[in-house]
Amino acid sequence: MRAPRLFVVLAVVIGWGGVAISASPEPPPGASSCSGCHAAKPGVDTTIPPLTGRKAADIVAQMQAFKTGQKPSTVMDRIAKGLTDAEVEAIAAWYAQQK
Amino acid sequence: MKPKQFNRREFLASTAAATSAALFPAPAMAQAAPRVVVVGGGFAGASVARTLKSANPRIAVTLVEANRTFTACPFSNLVIGGLRELKRQRFGYDRIAADGIRVAFAVATRVDTQARTVTLDTGSTLAYDRLVLAPGIDIRWDGLPGYTEAAAERMPHAWRAGEQTLLLRRQLEAMDDGGVVVMSAPANPFRCPPGPYERASLIAHYLKTRKPKSKLIVLDAKDQFSKQRLFQNAWKELYPKHLEWVGLSQGGKVTSVEVAEQTLVTEFGKHKAAVANVIPPQKAGRIAEVAGVADKTGWCPIDPVTFESKLVPNIHLMGDAIIAGAMPKSAFSANAQAKVCAAAIVRLLAGQTPSQPRLLNTCYSVVAPNYGITVAGVYQPVNGVLTDVQGSGGVSPADAPASFRAQEALFADGWFNTITSEVFG
Repeated sequence: MRAPRLFVVLAVVIGWGGVAISASPEPPPGASSCSGCHAAKPGVDTTIPPLTGRKAADIVAQMQAFKTGQKPSTVMDRIAKGLTDAEVEAIAAWYAQQK
Repeated sequence: MKPKQFNRREFLASTAAATSAALFPAPAMAQAAPRVVVVGGGFAGASVARTLKSANPRIAVTLVEANRTFTACPFSNLVIGGLRELKRQRFGYDRIAADGIRVAFAVATRVDTQARTVTLDTGSTLAYDRLVLAPGIDIRWDGLPGYTEAAAERMPHAWRAGEQTLLLRRQLEAMDDGGVVVMSAPANPFRCPPGPYERASLIAHYLKTRKPKSKLIVLDAKDQFSKQRLFQNAWKELYPKHLEWVGLSQGGKVTSVEVAEQTLVTEFGKHKAAVANVIPPQKAGRIAEVAGVADKTGWCPIDPVTFESKLVPNIHLMGDAIIAGAMPKSAFSANAQAKVCAAAIVRLLAGQTPSQPRLLNTCYSVVAPNYGITVAGVYQPVNGVLTDVQGSGGVSPADAPASFRAQEALFADGWFNTITSEVFG
């Protein structure tokens, strides 16, 4: 599952150039942990949905539904309960800006 | 010059330089780039190196790692149980080097905390502004009488993945049907709290399907363990004839091993094994002791905001080596701590105050094919200790249907692919 080398090089340079030049803010509290399960880059063999590039309002709504149990989940209910609404909003806004 | 004439490293180096020039004003450029040395290229060390470099390409990051190939422990129990091949556990450092991180394949032998240098077994010395030690675990070879490095060749621990993993698998494969497998599990703390019980499950699965007259006896130095109710319910359901767990209060604590007799000794008796898997007591990896950042417990106390050592300034630690309060010694924790630590180091190098972090952990265990369970947690520093956020976290529900267990097994697979891609891909 390895992309051709040139593609990888370009993807890395463009991705990082983007992050560095836009001086992407430090992830808000809790956000950096998420990419342990939610792949931050494409091409990973997983059924866990990515967060990068999702609409912030969509992430906030999902997290709220996990927290209340309105949306069934395996593990996200247990995690959502550990984050305040303000923290979830900050995390969602940050992921919405990531490419 | 045409771009294609650049080799990969030159291309990346030139781009990084251009990016730095754009980011930092002239006075900053006049100063030397800050130097961070990371010792240990596992889930913690490789993560911290990559996060530092991507957060600030100007930082000169050197990753010191003894092995050219990393062999991941998570999912290695599936290898022991014959459900996965070891090659899927193996990862290289090419992509990390391509990020502009200098990777030194060497063993760090000495840390001079006054001069701020690390000496390698190759003879070279690396200077640092901030040092990160991510050494994982070492076996306490003095912790269980009779269990020496030579003994581990007969009675594998398989608690550092690689040849030990394969040795245990081969022993199980070579065992006659009817043979008794004996495992010993240590007292807390140790790497991967649910690990012995995941392994017990998958060995029992192997016995049930391939050596049905055999059984596994788990001798435990504890009465309580991670995800206990979930494991024990699953064992009752799946492996009633193939797995027997003996806790501390039933005499499960192994007090010595007799290698020549292939026997594990408890206060109450002796267990002769056809195959013996001794998971011994552990401590932080050796360089932690050398650098003076391990305390008398053998583990490393840290500040939970910066992950800086409480014993030696300018040295940061994370992963299995640290005393992490409520956070377990898991690959997920190591990766999460590394990203928080890297953000703190970036701020400290810029003369800023690090942010108060919040960290997550999710540990998947596979009990059988299509049967996964989890423990999860959310953590924050409280009075200098990483503490569970009240009302969050916990284990999978006890009464979940098979579809729930299958979903968690599928997510376990996705988690492994995701985290290894972030750390090594």
